[in-house]
This record gives sequence, structure tokens and C-alpha cells, in this order.
Amino acid sequence: MSGNHKNTLSDIEIRVKALESLLVEKGYVQTAALDAIIDTYENKIGPHNGAQVVARAWKDANFKEWLLKDATAAIASMGFTGRQGEHMVCVENTAQVHNLVVCTLCSCYPWAVLGIPPVWYKAPAYRARAVIDPRGVMKEFGCEPPTNVAIKVWDSTAEIRYLVLPQAPVDVAQFDVEQLAQRVTRDAMIGVTR
Amino acid sequence: MNSAHDVGGLDNFASVGNTDPNDAIFHGDWEKRMMAINVAMGATGQWNIDMIRAARESMPPAQYLNSSYFEIWYYGLCKVALERGLVTEQELNSGIQSAQPKPVDNVLGAAQVLPVLLNGSPANRPLSSAPQFAIGQPVRTRVMNPKTHTRLPRYVRGRTGVISAHHGGHVYPDDTARGINTVHHLYTVTFLGTELWGEDTTATTVSVDCWEPYLVAI
Repeated sequence: MSGNHKNTLSDIEIRVKALESLLVEKGYVQTAALDAIIDTYENKIGPHNGAQVVARAWKDANFKEWLLKDATAAIASMGFTGRQGEHMVCVENTAQVHNLVVCTLCSCYPWAVLGIPPVWYKAPAYRARAVIDPRGVMKEFGCEPPTNVAIKVWDSTAEIRYLVLPQAPVDVAQFDVEQLAQRVTRDAMIGVTR
Repeated sequence: MNSAHDVGGLDNFASVGNTDPNDAIFHGDWEKRMMAINVAMGATGQWNIDMIRAARESMPPAQYLNSSYFEIWYYGLCKVALERGLVTEQELNSGIQSAQPKPVDNVLGAAQVLPVLLNGSPANRPLSSAPQFAIGQPVRTRVMNPKTHTRLPRYVRGRTGVISAHHGGHVYPDDTARGINTVHHLYTVTFLGTELWGEDTTATTVSVDCWEPYLVAI
């Protein structure tokens, strides 16, 4: 038996199994729908969507302008719509400005372009510090912008969801959208890295 | 409500945590199931997102801060389901039905999942009244401490900022969490970091989305 094998379930694991079984028995949810929801967020909706948006903005000045003016429409035009992405705003990093997105009150996050948020985004430590010490948070991610860069924090208190447009790499002209999209990270689109 | 979920500016949480970009989104199969249960139960139409947020926030502070994220979701889901008589305590503990199911508006089928997720639930609504504030206008946030759900964090109450965006009419969570459907103009208000925190901050600005009832003209 491997050292990682768990012989007993934790209390919450048992409770969630019981909850699922009960809700299915009562006819409120269907197992196949639960499976489909998980499959959607594991395989279909994720940061690769946001990376496509960013890479396109890096290559196409008209699209970038549209994205900054009406992110909801620009992102929807690429098919990345829906739950927790109905109202989008895109904020641009420049040499003078760095943006960071948080939801201090819970975990609001642009699911439609970034998928499910990482564990740290939803935990109190990030939510507490991002609005008072964003540089301290970014340092934990190995990101230390020069002191002359303004740090703008966006607390997602309503249903507006924020996507950071990281600065394009200096060699952007040498690559196409698909190649550039590979280099766009989830963490840069949240703003904890550049 | 002034509770443990409202953490902006709190100290002593130590490090942000596992910052490995390849860290798994779900720390256990149960978390995936809990996420999916939450989405599918939301689709039954028996509550709105503001009601379930209020339920999660109502957890006693010490318990909230000691709970993992999906444990909080479990708590909130059970609370709203119990309140509406969809389940009983005995059923939650046993995992076995012992009371008649209640009729619900909708049961999500597997084929509907992707279309429903891609449609989402827009929060904007038509609003015939003119906005009270204009872009660039200075405003102050109210000092308010409702016992019920609000989306104005404590760290931004009674502070002066500038309207930096106007988003039109959006459903107003302070009311919709209580089952009262109102719509108000929604703005982004931008505050200097020093206005919120004094000199003890590395934030140049903090922008917060505020509905009109949160704001007063100055």
C-alpha cells in the first residue's frame, strides 16, 4: 500500500459524499450534470482562454483598444462568456502602472477567462493583504516592480470581473498569437506577477 | 454584516500560501464535487448568489477563519437548503432522504451544463433614473454597519474617492440578499491608498465597485 493511500475519509469528505447522494436522491441535481460541470472547468474553461485574449491584444492594436474600452464585448466576441464573466473590465499594465485584482470579501474571479481560482486567491491571507500591501504580496510571487511604478488594486465587490493585460514581451513582434498565448500565465492575468 | 469574511487590511495571516502556479486547483475530489453541487443547486433557482454569500458570511468568525474555502461553501449550501425546506438536518447527517423533496424551478441536465455556464447570470438591469454621480466626481462612502449582507467592505467606509467608471444599473445585493429586488447605479470608485490606510501601505490606489446607496455627494 502506498504511503499516500488514505484509509479513512475526513469529516468533510464524508459530509460532501452524503450531501451529493442526498441531493441526487431528492432529484435536485443529477450526477451526470455534476460530472459535466467538473469536466467543463477542468478541461474547457481555464486560463488558456484569457491567454488568447491577451496574446491577441498584444498583436492587434484595434482589438486591444476595444478590449480596454469594452472588455465584455471584446471577450465575448472570442466566445469566452458566461458565469462570473458577464461584466468584464480589462486593466492594462504599463511601464508606469501595475494592476492587481482581488476579492477581499469572498473570491470573485473572472471564471469565464481564467477558470476556477487558485487556492491562495480565495484564502484570507491574500484577500487581507492585497489591498494594503500589494507589493508585499507580489514579492511572495517573486515580482518586485520598480518603486516608481504605481500599484493599482481592484477589489471585485460587485459582479464586474477584472482581467489584467500584462505588458507585452519585448520580442512580441517575432511571434504569432498562438506562440504568445503559451507565454501568458494565469498569475500575470491576476496581477501577482508581471 | 461585519464578520470574518471582511478581511481587507487584516494582519497576521502570514504568507499567501502555496504560490506554485502548478498547484492543484482542487485539493481533493470532494472539493470538485462541492463546487459542482454548488453550481447545480444554484441552477434550481431557489436562491440568488447574494443569498448564498450572506449564508456563508453568517458563519461564526472563528469557524470561518478555520474553514477551508469549500468547507465554507458546504456550510452556505446547507444553510440555504435548510432554510427553504429542501433538506432536513437529519437528511444532511445521514445522506439519506427521509422527507419529501420540494418542487424546484429547474433541474440541470448534463446537456444543459455548457450552455448554462456560457450564458451566465448578468447582473445589469435597465434603470430609467439618471445616475447621481459623474466620472471624475469626488464622493464619500457612507459609514454603515448593516447586520445583513453588504458589499461595502469596512476598510472603505467613510472614505473619500473619485468616480472612475459608471456601469449602469445593477441588482443591489444589500436588498437582493433579503429577497427584495432593487436595482441601483453601479460605479467604480478609486481611492488613494493613503486615504484608506495612511502612510502604511504600498497600494497607490484601491478601486472598489460601489452601488449608489453606498455613496454620498461632497
